Amino acid sequence: MNSERKMHLLDYFKEGFRPDGRKLDEFRPITIEAGTIKTAEGSAIVTIGGTRVIVGVKMQVEKPYSDRPNEGTMMVGAELYPMASPKFESGPPNAQSIEIARVIDRGLRESKAIDTKGLCLIPGEKCWSVIMDVCAMNEEGNLLDAGSIAALAALNTTIFPGFDGTIVDYKHPSDRKLELKKQPIAITVVKIANYLLVDPTNEEEQAMDARLTVTTTAEGTICSLQKGGEASLLPEEIQAMLELAKTKAKEIRGSLSGKGL
Amino acid sequence: MAITNRWTIRMKTQVNIMSKYQRTDGRDADGIRPMEAKVGVIPQADGSAMFKIGNTIAYAAVYGPRELYPRFLQNPETGILRCNYNMMPFSGAGDRVRPGANRRSKEISMVTENALRPVIDLHDCPNAVVDVFIELPQTDAGSRCAGITAAAMALADAGIAMRDMVSAIAVGRIGDGSYVDLSYEEEALEDYPVADIPMAFVNRTGEVTLLQMDGEVQTEGIMDALAKGREACKRIHALQTQALKNKFQGDTQ
Repeated sequence: MNSERKMHLLDYFKEGFRPDGRKLDEFRPITIEAGTIKTAEGSAIVTIGGTRVIVGVKMQVEKPYSDRPNEGTMMVGAELYPMASPKFESGPPNAQSIEIARVIDRGLRESKAIDTKGLCLIPGEKCWSVIMDVCAMNEEGNLLDAGSIAALAALNTTIFPGFDGTIVDYKHPSDRKLELKKQPIAITVVKIANYLLVDPTNEEEQAMDARLTVTTTAEGTICSLQKGGEASLLPEEIQAMLELAKTKAKEIRGSLSGKGL
Repeated sequence: MAITNRWTIRMKTQVNIMSKYQRTDGRDADGIRPMEAKVGVIPQADGSAMFKIGNTIAYAAVYGPRELYPRFLQNPETGILRCNYNMMPFSGAGDRVRPGANRRSKEISMVTENALRPVIDLHDCPNAVVDVFIELPQTDAGSRCAGITAAAMALADAGIAMRDMVSAIAVGRIGDGSYVDLSYEEEALEDYPVADIPMAFVNRTGEVTLLQMDGEVQTEGIMDALAKGREACKRIHALQTQALKNKFQGDTQ
Protein backbone atom coordinates (compact mmCIF):
# COMPACT_ATOMS: atom_id res chain seq x y z
CA MET A 1 0.00 0.00 0.00
CA ASN A 2 1.38 3.43 -0.88
CA SER A 3 2.31 5.76 1.92
CA GLU A 4 -0.38 8.34 1.08
CA ARG A 5 -3.15 5.81 1.49
CA LYS A 6 -1.64 4.60 4.71
CA MET A 7 -1.39 8.18 6.03
CA HIS A 8 -5.03 8.58 5.13
CA LEU A 9 -5.92 5.52 7.20
CA LEU A 10 -3.85 6.80 10.12
CA ASP A 11 -5.75 10.09 9.99
CA TYR A 12 -8.89 8.11 10.66
CA PHE A 13 -7.30 6.08 13.46
CA LYS A 14 -6.12 9.28 15.14
CA GLU A 15 -9.80 10.19 15.57
CA GLY A 16 -10.50 6.74 17.00
CA PHE A 17 -12.41 5.52 13.96
CA ARG A 18 -11.90 3.56 10.76
CA PRO A 19 -12.97 4.35 7.19
CA ASP A 20 -16.12 2.24 7.59
CA GLY A 21 -17.10 4.06 10.79
CA ARG A 22 -16.12 1.34 13.23
CA LYS A 23 -14.07 1.89 16.35
CA LEU A 24 -10.62 0.32 16.32
CA ASP A 25 -11.66 -2.56 18.58
CA GLU A 26 -15.01 -3.17 16.93
CA PHE A 27 -15.94 -6.23 14.84
CA ARG A 28 -18.23 -6.07 11.83
CA PRO A 29 -21.55 -7.91 12.35
CA ILE A 30 -21.10 -11.69 12.57
CA THR A 31 -23.68 -14.20 11.39
CA ILE A 32 -23.63 -17.99 11.69
CA GLU A 33 -25.74 -20.48 9.78
CA ALA A 34 -24.95 -23.84 11.32
CA GLY A 35 -25.63 -27.30 9.93
CA THR A 36 -26.87 -26.22 6.50
CA ILE A 37 -24.71 -28.48 4.29
CA LYS A 38 -26.48 -31.81 4.03
CA THR A 39 -23.55 -33.75 2.57
CA ALA A 40 -21.27 -32.84 5.49
CA GLU A 41 -21.39 -34.37 8.96
CA GLY A 42 -21.21 -30.86 10.38
CA SER A 43 -21.11 -27.44 8.76
CA ALA A 44 -21.36 -23.71 9.28
CA ILE A 45 -21.45 -20.65 7.09
CA VAL A 46 -20.04 -17.62 8.85
CA THR A 47 -20.02 -14.06 7.66
CA ILE A 48 -18.05 -11.23 9.22
CA GLY A 49 -19.17 -8.15 7.33
CA GLY A 50 -18.62 -9.03 3.67
CA THR A 51 -16.28 -11.93 4.40
CA ARG A 52 -18.00 -15.26 3.99
CA VAL A 53 -16.63 -18.75 4.67
CA ILE A 54 -18.10 -22.24 4.68
CA VAL A 55 -16.67 -24.94 6.87
CA GLY A 56 -17.70 -28.54 6.32
CA VAL A 57 -16.74 -31.46 8.53
CA LYS A 58 -16.31 -34.95 7.08
CA MET A 59 -15.87 -38.03 9.27
CA GLN A 60 -13.98 -40.96 7.84
CA VAL A 61 -12.72 -44.25 9.21
CA GLU A 62 -8.95 -44.50 8.88
CA LYS A 63 -5.96 -46.17 10.44
CA PRO A 64 -4.57 -44.43 13.54
CA TYR A 65 -1.04 -43.02 13.35
CA SER A 66 1.41 -45.70 14.41
CA ASP A 67 2.77 -43.58 17.29
CA ARG A 68 -0.76 -42.94 18.62
CA PRO A 69 -2.61 -46.23 18.11
CA ASN A 70 -5.33 -45.36 20.64
CA GLU A 71 -6.29 -42.02 19.15
CA GLY A 72 -8.34 -40.81 16.25
CA THR A 73 -7.08 -38.08 13.99
CA MET A 74 -8.09 -34.60 12.94
CA MET A 75 -7.11 -32.36 10.08
CA VAL A 76 -7.94 -28.84 8.95
CA GLY A 77 -7.66 -27.77 5.33
CA ALA A 78 -8.21 -24.28 3.93
CA GLU A 79 -9.20 -23.52 0.37
CA LEU A 80 -8.79 -19.95 -0.82
CA TYR A 81 -10.88 -20.34 -3.94
CA PRO A 82 -10.20 -17.89 -6.76
CA MET A 83 -13.97 -17.41 -6.71
CA ALA A 84 -13.64 -15.52 -3.43
CA SER A 85 -11.30 -12.74 -4.47
CA PRO A 86 -9.46 -11.42 -7.54
CA LYS A 87 -6.18 -11.86 -5.63
CA PHE A 88 -6.57 -15.62 -5.17
CA GLU A 89 -5.29 -17.92 -7.90
CA SER A 90 -5.94 -21.53 -8.81
CA GLY A 91 -3.40 -24.09 -7.87
CA PRO A 92 -2.02 -25.95 -4.88
CA PRO A 93 -2.42 -24.36 -1.43
CA ASN A 94 -0.14 -21.36 -0.94
CA ALA A 95 1.49 -20.11 2.25
CA GLN A 96 -1.54 -18.02 3.22
CA SER A 97 -4.01 -20.87 3.00
CA ILE A 98 -1.66 -23.25 4.77
CA GLU A 99 -1.18 -20.73 7.57
CA ILE A 100 -4.94 -20.33 8.03
CA ALA A 101 -5.42 -24.09 8.14
CA ARG A 102 -2.55 -24.68 10.52
CA VAL A 103 -3.44 -21.91 12.97
CA ILE A 104 -7.05 -23.14 13.18
CA ASP A 105 -5.73 -26.71 13.50
CA ARG A 106 -3.39 -25.78 16.35
CA GLY A 107 -6.13 -23.99 18.29
CA LEU A 108 -8.34 -27.06 18.18
CA ARG A 109 -5.54 -29.57 18.68
CA GLU A 110 -3.68 -27.89 21.53
CA SER A 111 -6.81 -26.99 23.49
CA LYS A 112 -7.75 -30.68 23.15
CA ALA A 113 -11.19 -29.58 22.01
CA ILE A 114 -11.70 -32.89 20.24
CA ASP A 115 -11.30 -35.94 22.44
CA THR A 116 -9.11 -37.94 20.07
CA LYS A 117 -9.09 -40.99 22.39
CA GLY A 118 -12.86 -41.13 22.00
CA LEU A 119 -12.40 -41.39 18.24
CA CYS A 120 -10.54 -44.69 18.45
CA LEU A 121 -12.54 -47.69 17.20
CA ILE A 122 -10.03 -50.56 17.21
CA PRO A 123 -6.61 -49.62 18.65
CA GLY A 124 -3.95 -49.62 15.95
CA GLU A 125 -6.46 -50.50 13.27
CA LYS A 126 -9.46 -48.23 12.98
CA CYS A 127 -10.31 -44.77 14.16
CA TRP A 128 -12.46 -41.85 13.18
CA SER A 129 -10.77 -39.05 11.35
CA VAL A 130 -12.35 -35.60 11.66
CA ILE A 131 -11.56 -33.49 8.62
CA MET A 132 -12.55 -29.85 8.48
CA ASP A 133 -12.28 -27.82 5.30
CA VAL A 134 -12.41 -24.05 5.50
CA CYS A 135 -13.60 -22.72 2.16
CA ALA A 136 -13.52 -19.01 1.32
CA MET A 137 -16.61 -17.81 -0.54
CA ASN A 138 -16.01 -14.05 -0.49
CA GLU A 139 -12.91 -12.43 0.95
CA GLU A 140 -13.17 -8.98 2.46
CA GLY A 141 -10.62 -9.29 5.24
CA ASN A 142 -10.10 -11.33 8.42
CA LEU A 143 -10.55 -14.73 6.82
CA LEU A 144 -8.73 -16.51 9.64
CA ASP A 145 -11.07 -15.38 12.42
CA ALA A 146 -14.09 -16.15 10.25
CA GLY A 147 -12.66 -19.60 9.49
CA SER A 148 -11.96 -20.30 13.14
CA ILE A 149 -15.47 -19.32 14.27
CA ALA A 150 -16.96 -21.37 11.42
CA ALA A 151 -14.81 -24.40 12.23
CA LEU A 152 -15.96 -24.34 15.84
CA ALA A 153 -19.61 -23.82 14.89
CA ALA A 154 -19.37 -26.65 12.35
CA LEU A 155 -17.83 -29.03 14.90
CA ASN A 156 -20.62 -28.17 17.33
CA THR A 157 -23.15 -29.48 14.78
CA THR A 158 -21.20 -32.62 13.87
CA ILE A 159 -22.92 -35.98 14.11
CA PHE A 160 -21.14 -39.30 13.55
CA PRO A 161 -22.27 -41.17 10.43
CA GLY A 162 -23.54 -44.72 10.80
CA PHE A 163 -20.84 -47.39 11.08
CA ASP A 164 -21.32 -51.15 11.29
CA GLY A 165 -17.68 -52.06 11.86
CA THR A 166 -16.72 -52.20 8.21
CA ILE A 167 -18.72 -49.71 6.14
CA VAL A 168 -19.47 -46.08 6.93
CA ASP A 169 -23.10 -45.28 6.17
CA TYR A 170 -23.25 -41.57 5.42
CA LYS A 171 -26.94 -41.74 4.54
CA HIS A 172 -27.98 -42.88 7.99
CA PRO A 173 -26.23 -40.83 10.66
CA SER A 174 -25.90 -42.27 14.15
CA ASP A 175 -27.29 -40.46 17.18
CA ARG A 176 -23.83 -39.72 18.53
CA LYS A 177 -22.77 -36.10 18.56
CA LEU A 178 -19.15 -35.03 18.43
CA GLU A 179 -18.74 -33.57 21.91
CA LEU A 180 -16.21 -30.79 22.21
CA LYS A 181 -14.23 -30.44 25.41
CA LYS A 182 -13.18 -26.87 24.71
CA GLN A 183 -14.45 -24.03 22.55
CA PRO A 184 -11.40 -22.32 21.06
CA ILE A 185 -11.73 -19.30 18.80
CA ALA A 186 -9.03 -17.29 17.11
CA ILE A 187 -8.94 -13.51 17.18
CA THR A 188 -6.43 -11.60 15.11
CA VAL A 189 -5.13 -8.27 16.39
CA VAL A 190 -3.52 -6.09 13.76
CA LYS A 191 -0.93 -3.42 14.34
CA ILE A 192 -0.81 -0.47 11.98
CA ALA A 193 1.75 2.15 13.06
CA ASN A 194 0.98 2.48 16.79
CA TYR A 195 -2.63 1.46 16.56
CA LEU A 196 -4.12 -1.91 17.42
CA LEU A 197 -7.21 -3.06 15.52
CA VAL A 198 -9.37 -6.13 15.33
CA ASP A 199 -11.27 -7.55 12.35
CA PRO A 200 -9.31 -5.79 9.59
CA THR A 201 -10.80 -5.16 6.14
CA ASN A 202 -8.79 -5.87 2.99
CA GLU A 203 -7.53 -2.30 2.95
CA GLU A 204 -6.43 -2.46 6.57
CA GLU A 205 -4.73 -5.81 5.99
CA GLN A 206 -2.71 -4.22 3.21
CA ALA A 207 -1.60 -1.43 5.52
CA MET A 208 -0.79 -3.85 8.36
CA ASP A 209 2.67 -3.81 9.92
CA ALA A 210 2.26 -6.83 12.16
CA ARG A 211 -0.47 -9.06 13.48
CA LEU A 212 -0.98 -11.54 16.26
CA THR A 213 -3.57 -14.28 16.09
CA VAL A 214 -4.55 -15.45 19.57
CA THR A 215 -6.72 -18.51 20.10
CA THR A 216 -8.44 -18.70 23.46
CA THR A 217 -10.84 -21.14 25.06
CA ALA A 218 -14.00 -20.10 26.89
CA GLU A 219 -11.98 -20.40 30.14
CA GLY A 220 -9.61 -17.73 28.85
CA THR A 221 -6.64 -20.05 28.31
CA ILE A 222 -4.50 -19.17 25.34
CA CYS A 223 -4.03 -22.25 23.18
CA SER A 224 -2.28 -20.97 20.09
CA LEU A 225 -0.42 -17.92 18.89
CA GLN A 226 0.75 -16.83 15.50
CA LYS A 227 2.62 -13.64 14.77
CA GLY A 228 2.47 -12.38 11.24
CA GLY A 229 3.63 -9.40 9.25
CA GLU A 230 7.04 -7.92 8.75
CA ALA A 231 7.25 -5.53 11.69
CA SER A 232 8.46 -6.52 15.14
CA LEU A 233 6.49 -6.36 18.38
CA LEU A 234 7.55 -5.30 21.86
CA PRO A 235 6.55 -7.38 24.88
CA GLU A 236 4.23 -4.56 26.07
CA GLU A 237 2.54 -4.54 22.68
CA ILE A 238 2.12 -8.31 22.81
CA GLN A 239 0.50 -8.03 26.22
CA ALA A 240 -1.92 -5.39 24.96
CA MET A 241 -2.73 -7.57 21.94
CA LEU A 242 -3.36 -10.63 24.12
CA GLU A 243 -5.71 -8.67 26.36
CA LEU A 244 -7.58 -7.21 23.39
CA ALA A 245 -7.93 -10.62 21.77
CA LYS A 246 -9.23 -12.17 24.98
CA THR A 247 -11.77 -9.40 25.52
CA LYS A 248 -13.01 -9.71 21.95
CA ALA A 249 -13.22 -13.50 22.10
CA LYS A 250 -15.33 -13.24 25.24
CA GLU A 251 -17.58 -10.66 23.64
CA ILE A 252 -18.10 -12.78 20.52
CA ARG A 253 -18.82 -15.88 22.57
CA GLY A 254 -21.43 -13.93 24.49
CA SER A 255 -23.17 -12.52 21.45
CA LEU A 256 -23.15 -15.80 19.53
CA SER A 257 -23.91 -18.28 22.30
CA GLY A 258 -26.88 -20.37 21.26
CA LYS A 259 -26.38 -19.35 17.63
CA GLY A 260 -23.68 -21.90 16.89
CA LEU A 261 -21.04 -21.24 19.54
CA MET B 1 -69.03 -53.09 -21.50
CA ALA B 2 -68.12 -54.05 -17.98
CA ILE B 3 -65.82 -56.75 -19.25
CA THR B 4 -64.02 -54.40 -21.63
CA ASN B 5 -63.47 -51.93 -18.83
CA ARG B 6 -62.06 -54.53 -16.53
CA TRP B 7 -59.82 -55.77 -19.31
CA THR B 8 -58.54 -52.26 -20.01
CA ILE B 9 -57.80 -51.68 -16.34
CA ARG B 10 -55.97 -54.99 -16.10
CA MET B 11 -53.90 -54.19 -19.19
CA LYS B 12 -53.04 -50.77 -17.85
CA THR B 13 -51.87 -52.26 -14.58
CA GLN B 14 -49.78 -54.74 -16.52
CA VAL B 15 -48.11 -51.96 -18.48
CA ASN B 16 -47.49 -50.07 -15.26
CA ILE B 17 -45.63 -52.97 -13.78
CA MET B 18 -43.65 -53.59 -16.96
CA SER B 19 -42.37 -50.13 -17.79
CA LYS B 20 -43.67 -47.49 -15.44
CA TYR B 21 -41.16 -46.43 -12.87
CA GLN B 22 -42.49 -44.46 -9.92
CA ARG B 23 -40.03 -41.76 -8.96
CA THR B 24 -38.53 -42.25 -5.52
CA ASP B 25 -39.51 -38.75 -4.43
CA GLY B 26 -42.95 -38.84 -6.04
CA ARG B 27 -42.21 -36.36 -8.82
CA ASP B 28 -43.84 -36.48 -12.26
CA ALA B 29 -41.63 -37.58 -15.14
CA ASP B 30 -41.07 -33.95 -16.08
CA GLY B 31 -40.92 -32.66 -12.51
CA ILE B 32 -37.84 -30.64 -11.60
CA ARG B 33 -36.67 -30.63 -7.98
CA PRO B 34 -37.30 -27.30 -6.15
CA MET B 35 -35.08 -24.61 -7.61
CA GLU B 36 -33.69 -21.34 -6.33
CA ALA B 37 -31.64 -18.77 -8.22
CA LYS B 38 -29.90 -15.67 -6.97
CA VAL B 39 -27.60 -13.20 -8.68
CA GLY B 40 -24.85 -11.11 -7.09
CA VAL B 41 -24.01 -13.47 -4.24
CA ILE B 42 -20.24 -12.86 -4.28
CA PRO B 43 -19.57 -9.12 -3.96
CA GLN B 44 -15.84 -9.46 -4.75
CA ALA B 45 -16.55 -10.90 -8.19
CA ASP B 46 -17.44 -8.96 -11.34
CA GLY B 47 -20.49 -11.17 -11.69
CA SER B 48 -21.86 -14.02 -9.61
CA ALA B 49 -24.82 -16.29 -9.09
CA MET B 50 -26.13 -19.16 -7.02
CA PHE B 51 -28.34 -21.89 -8.44
CA LYS B 52 -29.90 -24.54 -6.27
CA ILE B 53 -31.75 -27.56 -7.62
CA GLY B 54 -32.89 -30.07 -5.04
CA ASN B 55 -29.92 -30.66 -2.79
CA THR B 56 -27.37 -29.57 -5.38
CA ILE B 57 -26.01 -26.06 -4.85
CA ALA B 58 -23.75 -24.31 -7.36
CA TYR B 59 -22.05 -20.96 -6.96
CA ALA B 60 -20.46 -19.25 -9.95
CA ALA B 61 -18.19 -16.21 -9.91
CA VAL B 62 -16.95 -14.35 -12.97
CA TYR B 63 -13.75 -12.31 -13.00
CA GLY B 64 -12.80 -10.34 -16.06
CA PRO B 65 -12.25 -9.64 -18.82
CA ARG B 66 -8.77 -9.36 -17.29
CA GLU B 67 -5.24 -9.92 -18.50
CA LEU B 68 -4.45 -13.54 -19.24
CA TYR B 69 -1.43 -15.30 -17.81
CA PRO B 70 0.56 -17.31 -18.77
CA ARG B 71 1.02 -15.02 -21.73
CA PHE B 72 1.35 -17.78 -24.35
CA LEU B 73 -2.33 -18.55 -23.82
CA GLN B 74 -3.28 -15.06 -24.97
CA ASN B 75 -5.13 -14.72 -28.25
CA PRO B 76 -4.73 -11.39 -30.07
CA GLU B 77 -7.94 -12.11 -32.03
CA THR B 78 -10.28 -12.53 -29.09
CA GLY B 79 -10.61 -12.90 -25.37
CA ILE B 80 -10.96 -16.43 -24.05
CA LEU B 81 -13.36 -18.06 -21.65
CA ARG B 82 -11.88 -20.21 -18.91
CA CYS B 83 -14.10 -22.27 -16.62
CA ASN B 84 -13.14 -24.09 -13.49
CA TYR B 85 -15.52 -26.59 -11.89
CA ASN B 86 -14.75 -27.65 -8.35
CA MET B 87 -16.50 -29.70 -5.70
CA MET B 88 -15.85 -28.59 -2.13
CA PRO B 89 -14.24 -31.36 -0.05
CA PHE B 90 -17.42 -31.98 1.97
CA SER B 91 -19.88 -31.70 -0.94
CA GLY B 92 -20.12 -35.38 -1.83
CA ALA B 93 -22.52 -37.91 -0.40
CA GLY B 94 -19.73 -40.29 0.64
CA ASP B 95 -16.09 -39.78 1.59
CA ARG B 96 -14.36 -36.41 1.53
CA VAL B 97 -13.44 -35.26 -1.95
CA ARG B 98 -9.72 -34.53 -2.06
CA PRO B 99 -9.15 -30.86 -2.89
CA GLY B 100 -7.63 -29.92 -6.20
CA ALA B 101 -8.35 -30.83 -9.81
CA ASN B 102 -8.96 -34.40 -10.88
CA ARG B 103 -9.82 -36.05 -14.20
CA ARG B 104 -13.54 -35.60 -13.65
CA SER B 105 -13.40 -31.93 -12.69
CA LYS B 106 -11.08 -31.11 -15.60
CA GLU B 107 -13.44 -32.71 -18.07
CA ILE B 108 -16.45 -30.95 -16.58
CA SER B 109 -14.59 -27.62 -16.68
CA MET B 110 -13.97 -28.17 -20.38
CA VAL B 111 -17.52 -29.15 -21.31
CA THR B 112 -18.77 -26.19 -19.27
CA GLU B 113 -16.61 -23.88 -21.36
CA ASN B 114 -17.98 -25.46 -24.51
CA ALA B 115 -21.54 -25.13 -23.26
CA LEU B 116 -21.18 -21.39 -22.65
CA ARG B 117 -18.80 -20.25 -25.38
CA PRO B 118 -21.37 -20.32 -28.24
CA VAL B 119 -23.38 -17.50 -26.64
CA ILE B 120 -20.59 -15.17 -25.59
CA ASP B 121 -18.53 -12.82 -27.71
CA LEU B 122 -15.12 -11.74 -26.43
CA HIS B 123 -13.77 -10.21 -29.64
CA ASP B 124 -13.79 -6.80 -28.01
CA CYS B 125 -11.21 -7.90 -25.45
CA PRO B 126 -8.23 -9.48 -27.23
CA ASN B 127 -5.54 -11.12 -25.08
CA ALA B 128 -7.91 -11.14 -22.13
CA VAL B 129 -9.57 -13.90 -20.17
CA VAL B 130 -12.97 -14.21 -18.60
CA ASP B 131 -12.60 -16.57 -15.67
CA VAL B 132 -15.62 -18.49 -14.42
CA PHE B 133 -15.20 -20.28 -11.11
CA ILE B 134 -17.87 -22.80 -10.21
CA GLU B 135 -17.91 -24.08 -6.65
CA LEU B 136 -20.25 -26.71 -5.26
CA PRO B 137 -20.73 -26.78 -1.49
CA GLN B 138 -23.32 -29.57 -1.66
CA THR B 139 -24.14 -32.00 -4.47
CA ASP B 140 -26.88 -34.52 -5.21
CA ALA B 141 -26.63 -35.27 -8.96
CA GLY B 142 -26.93 -32.73 -11.75
CA SER B 143 -23.97 -30.68 -10.51
CA ARG B 144 -22.43 -29.90 -13.92
CA CYS B 145 -25.81 -28.68 -15.16
CA ALA B 146 -26.37 -26.58 -12.05
CA GLY B 147 -22.86 -25.17 -12.55
CA ILE B 148 -23.57 -24.20 -16.16
CA THR B 149 -26.92 -22.65 -15.23
CA ALA B 150 -25.28 -20.60 -12.46
CA ALA B 151 -22.33 -19.66 -14.69
CA ALA B 152 -24.63 -18.32 -17.42
CA MET B 153 -26.33 -16.05 -14.88
CA ALA B 154 -22.97 -14.92 -13.48
CA LEU B 155 -21.70 -14.04 -16.97
CA ALA B 156 -24.82 -11.96 -17.59
CA ASP B 157 -24.37 -10.32 -14.19
CA ALA B 158 -20.77 -9.45 -15.10
CA GLY B 159 -22.01 -7.68 -18.23
CA ILE B 160 -20.25 -10.02 -20.65
CA ALA B 161 -21.68 -9.68 -24.18
CA MET B 162 -24.05 -12.64 -24.64
CA ARG B 163 -26.39 -13.34 -27.48
CA ASP B 164 -28.61 -15.52 -25.33
CA MET B 165 -28.95 -17.36 -22.06
CA VAL B 166 -27.88 -20.96 -21.53
CA SER B 167 -29.77 -23.34 -19.26
CA ALA B 168 -28.83 -26.90 -18.45
CA ILE B 169 -30.55 -29.98 -17.05
CA ALA B 170 -29.89 -33.69 -16.86
CA VAL B 171 -32.59 -36.01 -18.17
CA GLY B 172 -32.55 -39.65 -17.20
CA ARG B 173 -33.79 -42.63 -19.13
CA ILE B 174 -35.17 -45.17 -16.71
CA GLY B 175 -36.61 -48.20 -18.45
CA ASP B 176 -38.49 -46.81 -21.44
CA GLY B 177 -39.29 -43.42 -20.00
CA SER B 178 -37.56 -40.07 -19.74
CA TYR B 179 -37.34 -38.50 -16.30
CA VAL B 180 -36.18 -34.96 -15.89
CA ASP B 181 -33.54 -34.00 -13.31
CA LEU B 182 -32.55 -37.30 -11.70
CA SER B 183 -31.51 -37.24 -8.07
CA TYR B 184 -28.47 -39.18 -6.89
CA GLU B 185 -30.78 -41.85 -5.53
CA GLU B 186 -32.36 -42.31 -8.95
CA GLU B 187 -29.03 -42.34 -10.75
CA ALA B 188 -28.02 -45.26 -8.59
CA LEU B 189 -31.23 -47.33 -9.01
CA GLU B 190 -30.43 -51.00 -9.24
CA ASP B 191 -33.78 -52.44 -10.37
CA TYR B 192 -33.92 -50.42 -13.59
CA PRO B 193 -31.43 -49.64 -16.34
CA VAL B 194 -30.58 -45.95 -15.91
CA ALA B 195 -28.99 -43.64 -18.45
CA ASP B 196 -28.10 -40.10 -17.53
CA ILE B 197 -28.08 -37.40 -20.21
CA PRO B 198 -26.87 -33.96 -19.13
CA MET B 199 -27.69 -31.29 -21.71
CA ALA B 200 -27.67 -27.52 -22.18
CA PHE B 201 -29.73 -25.36 -24.52
CA VAL B 202 -29.42 -21.91 -25.98
CA ASN B 203 -32.78 -20.57 -24.94
CA ARG B 204 -34.21 -18.87 -28.02
CA THR B 205 -32.87 -21.17 -30.74
CA GLY B 206 -32.92 -24.47 -28.92
CA GLU B 207 -29.34 -25.22 -29.97
CA VAL B 208 -27.69 -27.87 -27.84
CA THR B 209 -24.35 -26.81 -26.34
CA LEU B 210 -23.81 -29.66 -23.92
CA LEU B 211 -24.65 -33.27 -24.51
CA GLN B 212 -23.24 -36.19 -22.65
CA MET B 213 -24.66 -39.57 -21.83
CA ASP B 214 -23.78 -42.58 -19.84
CA GLY B 215 -25.90 -45.66 -19.88
CA GLU B 216 -27.59 -47.55 -22.69
CA VAL B 217 -30.28 -45.96 -24.88
CA GLN B 218 -31.81 -46.05 -28.37
CA THR B 219 -32.01 -43.09 -30.75
CA GLU B 220 -35.69 -42.51 -29.86
CA GLY B 221 -34.77 -42.41 -26.21
CA ILE B 222 -32.24 -39.67 -26.77
CA MET B 223 -34.63 -37.64 -28.92
CA ASP B 224 -37.36 -37.96 -26.30
CA ALA B 225 -34.95 -36.95 -23.54
CA LEU B 226 -33.83 -33.92 -25.54
CA ALA B 227 -37.45 -32.82 -26.02
CA LYS B 228 -38.13 -33.20 -22.27
CA GLY B 229 -34.91 -31.40 -21.42
CA ARG B 230 -35.77 -28.52 -23.73
CA GLU B 231 -39.10 -28.00 -21.95
CA ALA B 232 -37.44 -28.17 -18.54
CA CYS B 233 -34.81 -25.64 -19.61
CA LYS B 234 -37.53 -23.18 -20.57
CA ARG B 235 -38.66 -23.26 -16.96
CA ILE B 236 -35.09 -22.91 -15.71
CA HIS B 237 -34.58 -20.01 -18.09
CA ALA B 238 -37.60 -18.21 -16.67
CA LEU B 239 -36.06 -18.52 -13.21
CA GLN B 240 -32.64 -17.30 -14.42
CA THR B 241 -34.26 -14.26 -16.03
CA GLN B 242 -36.24 -13.52 -12.89
CA ALA B 243 -33.12 -13.74 -10.71
CA LEU B 244 -31.29 -11.27 -12.96
CA LYS B 245 -34.26 -8.92 -12.99
CA ASN B 246 -34.49 -9.11 -9.22
CA LYS B 247 -30.96 -7.79 -8.90
CA PHE B 248 -31.13 -5.13 -11.55
CA GLN B 249 -34.57 -3.86 -10.65
CA GLY B 250 -33.37 -3.40 -7.10
CA ASP B 251 -35.91 -5.95 -5.87
CA THR B 252 -33.84 -8.16 -3.65
CA GLN B 253 -36.38 -10.85 -2.98
